[in-house]
Amino acid sequence: MHDYDWLLLAAFFLLVLAPAPFLGRYFYRVMEGQRTWLSPVLQPVERLCYRVAGVDPEREQSWRGYALALLAFTLVCLLVLMSILLVQGALPLNPQQLAGLSLPLAFNTAVSFVTNTNWQAYSGEAQLSYFSQMLGLGVQNFVSPAVGLAVLVVLCRGLARQSSDRLGNFWVDITRAVLYGLLPLCLVLAVLLVWQGVPQNFSDYVSATTLQGSEQTLPMGPAASQIAIKQLGTNGGGFFGVNSAHPFENPTALSNLLELASILLIPAALVFTFGHYVRDLRQSRAILASMLVLFVIGLAVCAWAELQPNPALAGLPIEQVGSLEGKEARFGSFASALWATTTTAASNGSVNAMHDSFSALGGLVPLVNMLLGEIVFGGVGAGLYGMLLFVLIAVFLAGLMIGRTPAYLGKKLEAREVRLMVATLLVMPVGVLVFGALAVSFAGPAASIGNPGPHGFSQALYAYGSATGNNGSAFAGFTADTPYHNLMLGLAMLLGRFGYILPVLAIAGSLAAKRAAPQGQNSFPTHGPLFVVLLTLTILLVGGLTFMPALALGPLAEYLAF
Amino acid sequence: MNAPVTAQRSVKSSSSQPQTGLGALWRPALKQAFVKLDPRQLVRSPVMLVVELTALVTSVLCFVPFVRPEAGAVSTALGVQIALWLWFTVLFANFAEALAEGRGKARADSLKSGSQGLMASKQVGAQFQSVPASSLRKGDVVRVEAGDLIPGDGEVIEGVAAVNEAAITGESAPVIRESGGDRSAVTGNTRLVSDWLLVRISANPGESTLDRMIALVEGARRQKTPNEVALDILLIGLTLIFLLVVATLQPFARFADGDLPLIYLAALLVTLIPTTIGGLLSAIGIAGMDRLVRLNVIAKSGRAVEAAGDVHTLLLDKTGTITFGNRRCSAMVKAPGVSTLELAEAALLASQGDDTPEGKSIVEYLSALHTMEVPDRASVTLIAFSAETRLSGADVRGVAYRKGAVDAVLAYLDLGRDDLPAPLAREVEKIAQSGGTPLLVAGNGRLLGAIHLKDVVKPGIRERFAELRAMGIRTVMVTGDNPLTAAAIAAEAGVDDVIAEATPEKKLARIRAEQAEGKLVAMCGDGANDAPALAQADVGLAMNDGTQAAREAANLVDLDSDPTKLIDVVQVGKELLVTRGALTTFSVANDVAKYFAILPALFAGIYPQLGALNLMQLHSPQSAILSAIVFNALIIVALIPLALRGVRIPALDAGQLLRRNLLIYGLGGLVAPFVGIKLLDLLLVGLGWV
Repeated sequence: MHDYDWLLLAAFFLLVLAPAPFLGRYFYRVMEGQRTWLSPVLQPVERLCYRVAGVDPEREQSWRGYALALLAFTLVCLLVLMSILLVQGALPLNPQQLAGLSLPLAFNTAVSFVTNTNWQAYSGEAQLSYFSQMLGLGVQNFVSPAVGLAVLVVLCRGLARQSSDRLGNFWVDITRAVLYGLLPLCLVLAVLLVWQGVPQNFSDYVSATTLQGSEQTLPMGPAASQIAIKQLGTNGGGFFGVNSAHPFENPTALSNLLELASILLIPAALVFTFGHYVRDLRQSRAILASMLVLFVIGLAVCAWAELQPNPALAGLPIEQVGSLEGKEARFGSFASALWATTTTAASNGSVNAMHDSFSALGGLVPLVNMLLGEIVFGGVGAGLYGMLLFVLIAVFLAGLMIGRTPAYLGKKLEAREVRLMVATLLVMPVGVLVFGALAVSFAGPAASIGNPGPHGFSQALYAYGSATGNNGSAFAGFTADTPYHNLMLGLAMLLGRFGYILPVLAIAGSLAAKRAAPQGQNSFPTHGPLFVVLLTLTILLVGGLTFMPALALGPLAEYLAF
Repeated sequence: MNAPVTAQRSVKSSSSQPQTGLGALWRPALKQAFVKLDPRQLVRSPVMLVVELTALVTSVLCFVPFVRPEAGAVSTALGVQIALWLWFTVLFANFAEALAEGRGKARADSLKSGSQGLMASKQVGAQFQSVPASSLRKGDVVRVEAGDLIPGDGEVIEGVAAVNEAAITGESAPVIRESGGDRSAVTGNTRLVSDWLLVRISANPGESTLDRMIALVEGARRQKTPNEVALDILLIGLTLIFLLVVATLQPFARFADGDLPLIYLAALLVTLIPTTIGGLLSAIGIAGMDRLVRLNVIAKSGRAVEAAGDVHTLLLDKTGTITFGNRRCSAMVKAPGVSTLELAEAALLASQGDDTPEGKSIVEYLSALHTMEVPDRASVTLIAFSAETRLSGADVRGVAYRKGAVDAVLAYLDLGRDDLPAPLAREVEKIAQSGGTPLLVAGNGRLLGAIHLKDVVKPGIRERFAELRAMGIRTVMVTGDNPLTAAAIAAEAGVDDVIAEATPEKKLARIRAEQAEGKLVAMCGDGANDAPALAQADVGLAMNDGTQAAREAANLVDLDSDPTKLIDVVQVGKELLVTRGALTTFSVANDVAKYFAILPALFAGIYPQLGALNLMQLHSPQSAILSAIVFNALIIVALIPLALRGVRIPALDAGQLLRRNLLIYGLGGLVAPFVGIKLLDLLLVGLGWV
């Protein structure tokens, strides 16, 4: 590792962790409708939204009411976005005269953005008009993380409230999340990115003659604002096809650092938001510690693997500085490994290098991050509620060993909660193993796999892991834009999203109705090093036991072949 | 009520019970293990049902060659061995359950045998007619004569009789049962040894104490407790996950141009699904209830036993639980100018007429200190203690000796409170402040001294409260005493809180207040006025010799009528939960090693490089798979004793307990199978089985 790699690492952790407690507190105040320094400006706007939409912000919903509102909202978003994508040829802001998408691709893309996955079966600059990017995808880039955040705060309220069946108002929660949370942060980041040279215009694509004399078309567009929300909202759908490896999307070392840190900024902060909800920041620190442990292990493996010379070139008289295939020379091995670990830890999915070209072990890390269910920081809201589910599972598994009915923060985990927890545990195996098995079993779908043997298998595993984990990053080499995969990956994304959200809302409802027993020396300790170890091991055990055989046939077999 | 706090109980109960040593039980259990293969019974334990189905499929695969597409890959000898061990896995689990049932059943059977063909004399109009006991319904009235077995649980509505309850409690001394008051409840299958009783039956057939006892320890009829239900769901979930994992392996292998033998996949499935806990779960539950039954506590539902493990606060009656039932003499204080012997003699004589336990304790105390001659009865006129005079005494050869409450003796001597000699007044004040009761002794019209009566805290109780506190359970002493006295005893016994001048309403209010804070409360009681509080408490332990109302309101009944049992019940509840948790953790942690054994074996033909995962250096793919499946079956047998005995819980707080159990069962569960599978591999290869 070079000195500048260490510098990047230090700056990255500083930018992610230092603001987290404050931003976390800010999000708590925002979501609970308390005054913040932005209130004087934004409160009138917020009230106007409610008046226009006819929402009574004081009226809270039960978990069922909340779930219905959420589902209705998602369905409308899905249909609207699909329509836009299908008929974009007839819509304005389309200087390149791009035609509408095919139905399977439109379905896949719409699902992908509505579920905060941002899997890109399309290529942005070649297939989407500015209208589709901004009013289609752009809108979803804001509301889909807002939905994740809303579900998280419902779970927090479920843990914090006593004997209540009210869990908040969906419309109020997403309004506040977007208005006070995502918009201001994006504004700041977008301005910074424009300063670093990211385009923000509605111009036609520019034709240029390169030094070699060949013609090149330079794509333009409102990129900076899109990129800001794609990073902050753990969306990941790039403005350009190659995402943040593109020099317009990620022009400088500073833009690389800012975009990288933005991925984890909100997910890390939300851990503290949770602590404010349950009035116990020790819980936040324990969860954050477990996330960091998993993150650092992943990063260490991935970075180590990528800094090794490429074994395929070992016989050639070449001096190698790390494995550079598929990486931007501007960023090098370490920054690419750091980005890969971060983007898959956080269900972001943006990339600054091609994961397909990573070494077997280096590619294993992003894959494992996704297969664990995107809970190492994870998506906005989604990561933490996934992590809290693991907390509940860890508490239930080991909780009996203190001779009490397992309880988290005083709330007992009984048959109903366990049933719902188990339902979420089945999401990843179904989405990855069952859908994956289907994908490799039939000649048609299997033809999308670019390589034979273990590497090809990793590609399929990665695609379905990315979709079910709502990550959206891709192992290039897998041809995703086929009717079969568009449909199945779309279904995997829906499963990965709502297979968690609905049980989480139900658990929140069930927990809110309970009365918490006072915490004391006889209650299960969910803070402190012992619990961090327990939680981390539970995550690795559940993930490992589920995916070990598949990983053995993919990246492990590939790694051990050398 | 005054049973010593610990020990003895077990001696007493074991002597009167049928033989329950494991030696006598394993034969019928072995037979039961096969009977329980019936899928209709196994459906109660879904994990084992999956194992049985897998065993069935595997058996078919080895004996019917044409449904074996992978013929040649797995030799029939190996296939048969795998199939056999799969069947053993189910049998071992069944055996564990049967063994756990055995003890309780043996006891229940011996009790039931007494009631076979039992007839009862039922009141019909003004007459009695003989009907089978099994036809009695709630509300029927029966007449029971000396020598008869009482035909069912009920309440005495007329008569007084001595009843031998040994069949239920193991206590051979007969107890008195009479109508009205707090000793009116009788239990079915207990024998009247004198007189007669008119009993109103209070339980329909199938609802009696005996029936409940049987239902708790019989696998097929047992109701699962809430935590067990939740755990069951988790185990089913894990089983489903592993089904998906194993089922998708074949397509994945085919993509790599390989083919996995179905028998190996079956073996992998069974080793991965949580068979250890799945197989022992029911045995753990039954054994836990059986431990309770052996403590002579009957739970009306398993839920109450689990709730006992969750309790935050114990409300304990002072009398009988914390202290011996009665106040005892603990010291004497002389008045100025009186000799020790003079005082002792006077106190002894004055107590002759006092038959209350307090009076007797004075006689006992003095006899141990001084040998004194008791004047012959003729020369003594005893004056018995009465609540009105609050004095007792004796007139001996014209000399009057009296002892009694301070005011009463002063009034008897015609003295005012100020007339007490200063040193004696100070002592009396001290006694009162320490929570004791001062009595004054007078002889021949002269004040001789004071007696210190105090509640004697049972030995060992303080240590038990300290243990409970370490486990995070608060103890609250309930007493009718005034706050001053209560506080003194509370300090001596080491309880956390006191309800003084307690009334049933106060108790109930306290329980509600604790529950409003989200706490679980346990209490015990016997009187009819305890019933509302017993019903309100999360765990209510009623004394068997108490009223029917209390027995109905509570969810646990102690046949020995020993209130200290509440603490034992809490312990049993906790052990039950810990045992389940420990074995679940152990079971799940085991899977890691099994992967390292089976995966390289399974994929050896596809990607030989995966042999690097063969950390244990197992001999061959065949030996690896067989070792894993044998380990998986044998570990159930190895853990049966733990499941039946329960994991012992030291008095630690939750954090320490978690650390300890995680180390033993979590880390142990990770490491043990690595060692076990390796050893089995060596053995199986050595024997030449693979």
